[in-house]
Amino acid sequence: MHTETHTGLESPRGNWWKPAHKAEKVWVGIAFGWCMVLFAMMPLWHWKGGQNPSGIRRRVEPSAFYARTEEFIKQYKVGDDRGLPIVQPPPGADVYLTAMAFQWRPILKLQKGAQYTLHLSSLDVNHGFSLFPINVNFQVVPGYDYGLRVRPNASGDFRIMCNEFCGIGHHTMVGRVIVDDAPAVATTGGAR
Amino acid sequence: MTTPARRSTAADVGAYTPASQSTFRTCAVTGRRIHDRAEPVIKANAVTAIVFLLVGTIAAVLLVLTRWQAVHLLSAVWYYRLLGVHAMSMLIFFIIFFEMAVLHFASTVLLSARNSMPKLSWAAYALMLGGALLVEAMMWGGRADVLFTSYVPLRATPWYYLGVILFAVGALAVQWVFFRNLVVAKREKTYEGSVPLVVYGAATASIIAVITLVHGAAIYIPTFLWSLGLMKVDPEVYRMIWWGLGHSSQQINVAAMVAVWYMLGALTIGAVVLNEKISRSAFVLYILFISMASAHHLLVDPGLGPAWKVVNTSYFMYMAVLASMIHGFTVPAGMELGMRLRGYTNGMFEWLRKAPWGDPGFSSLVLSVVVFGFVGGITGVTIGTEQINIIVHNTLRVPGHFHATVVSGTAMAFMGATYYLIPLIFQKRVAFWKLAKLQPYLFAGGMFIFTVSMTFAGNFGVPRRHWDITFSQAPYSVPFNPIVDLLLAFVALGGILAATGAFIFVAIAVKSVFFGTPVGEFTLGVETVGLPRGITHPPVHAPDVDQRNAELHAASRGIMGPAPGTIVLVFVFLAVFALYFFSNWKILSFLWRIG
Repeated sequence: MHTETHTGLESPRGNWWKPAHKAEKVWVGIAFGWCMVLFAMMPLWHWKGGQNPSGIRRRVEPSAFYARTEEFIKQYKVGDDRGLPIVQPPPGADVYLTAMAFQWRPILKLQKGAQYTLHLSSLDVNHGFSLFPINVNFQVVPGYDYGLRVRPNASGDFRIMCNEFCGIGHHTMVGRVIVDDAPAVATTGGAR
Repeated sequence: MTTPARRSTAADVGAYTPASQSTFRTCAVTGRRIHDRAEPVIKANAVTAIVFLLVGTIAAVLLVLTRWQAVHLLSAVWYYRLLGVHAMSMLIFFIIFFEMAVLHFASTVLLSARNSMPKLSWAAYALMLGGALLVEAMMWGGRADVLFTSYVPLRATPWYYLGVILFAVGALAVQWVFFRNLVVAKREKTYEGSVPLVVYGAATASIIAVITLVHGAAIYIPTFLWSLGLMKVDPEVYRMIWWGLGHSSQQINVAAMVAVWYMLGALTIGAVVLNEKISRSAFVLYILFISMASAHHLLVDPGLGPAWKVVNTSYFMYMAVLASMIHGFTVPAGMELGMRLRGYTNGMFEWLRKAPWGDPGFSSLVLSVVVFGFVGGITGVTIGTEQINIIVHNTLRVPGHFHATVVSGTAMAFMGATYYLIPLIFQKRVAFWKLAKLQPYLFAGGMFIFTVSMTFAGNFGVPRRHWDITFSQAPYSVPFNPIVDLLLAFVALGGILAATGAFIFVAIAVKSVFFGTPVGEFTLGVETVGLPRGITHPPVHAPDVDQRNAELHAASRGIMGPAPGTIVLVFVFLAVFALYFFSNWKILSFLWRIG
């Protein structure tokens, strides 16, 4: 016996392009509207929001990026910690961080409230930049320089975990970022 | 269903005239004709799927017991190795073998049609099995410690990539069988009108499978050549095209799962199709807007600009989200209307209260819809937003999301389907019947605890794919909030509960199929051990179903129409969705300025 009302296992006969009940139409409309809200939030955040993964993106030879990092280290090095250089660039500087199995090089010393352009790249395989404890994550891909303008809003001793599998020592790959408070008085004269 | 059910006896076998001497039996329960060159292919693919499910589940138990830091069972080498084994066994081999069973089932049994290319079906099966075994051998042997994604320039043995390629070629061949079967069925007029919605959904899955497998060829063949030293592969291009395979294949799962939802709704409670136009258009949206679904895996990647990211995740993906939101309405509404048409018309939710909660096919269906929608769907869309991905990428929130979609969603639905395939295709009673009734609750409940705990742990920045978050061998400590330990213990607890559910499922399937009691005689309307309620109490609609349907659609019922309960439920869903979505923006706004 054939009926108009049928399950999904039965063949609809004739033309099934028929108007839907109002309830269904309303839901489709609301769902579509919600999808547009989901969409609109992204351009809106680019315009008004403070956290966007845009950055400066360009291709780079891994060896060239590494050489640039070493030059950066030489320029602004202020100390050592466990064999890794601590580097303190001035506010506004381009900052270079090389990921390699299983190390983030160098240790960065930044200033709260200052803006830097943080360049991320890898010498070997994919790595994951994951800033602890604030949970900021970026993909680090060999051959690509990801230059992100960052402005720390709190001081502290931060960690960089690797959160992209990069080999058997992946879970030992931890780097360090130190953020200091801005100098109390940045006036003329006096020792800093 | 309108086809009257008959008392079951042994299979009737009838001669079939055109084309071959192949024969059909008539299904005693549904009245459909089942081809003897289709049935064994369906069985082989389904059984193989379940064997890989077993392998993947064993790996899963070892993995959760490692991430539970108090136990920390495996060595680092074996943790990463089994992580690859788990993902390939589950996400590729289990799911795709099962989908091959579904495609053969939908293109033959559901159309009362024949399998037009049995030889190709078997050749494809052999290729897929050979490829899968090759991949497993390379991974277990430690020659492919590159995890599931095998991001170049991590390097595995060329045999590994070759195994994946063989598997993919086999799967592609099945799509050819599927489409040819549809054409042959149409030509031989095995059905009248259009194909049923479930077949339409399966065809959607199949079309997406072709798109996906083309991406697979486009990335694995160059990678295979790269592993032999014959060409270069750019790591970013690899990520983009690989995810064209990796994520689009999840859209095969979604389409197949939604098709199974419609099927289980029909079999268990006589769910009807509210409107063919709406449901079928939603399936088309999946096809049209999935092509760049890889984009939301690359949101915090350096290779692509913001415009590309926004367009490809939102414009394309949200139209697929729209499709899921439509099915998220039409599936429960079809179930509600099906129940109302059978007389459960009181109040908002009598249709749910009086539903057959002891039928594992039905409970699997409901749990699949609910966990997929509320956990998987909401988290997925939220974390796939360009900026929000900054606080999500590669944390445990990601596996928290996709276990809710692909495990509590797709795998749960496929398990529910199996409870009907066992009596209908294998013609056996479901073994361990009491456990079978419990199994969906155990599996979905465990996965719910698992996915929610993972998501919370991810909020603290706990990385995915990580052997030791105590960082005992690292130069610097990473002092996670102590609550993270508790959450990871809950991940293990939920994981073990769900794995227990999966082991029970495998035991039921193996016992039923290989050592089970034949369905034999049973009386309609009497609860029978080993037979789901949809078989002993077929949800047949009354002959005046069209008239009842018209009454439920009457204008006097207002905007709430034929499915008022579902309308309440979808608005609860939307509220939860909005709350979760905007909470994430709020959290994001507290961070460093980044741009």
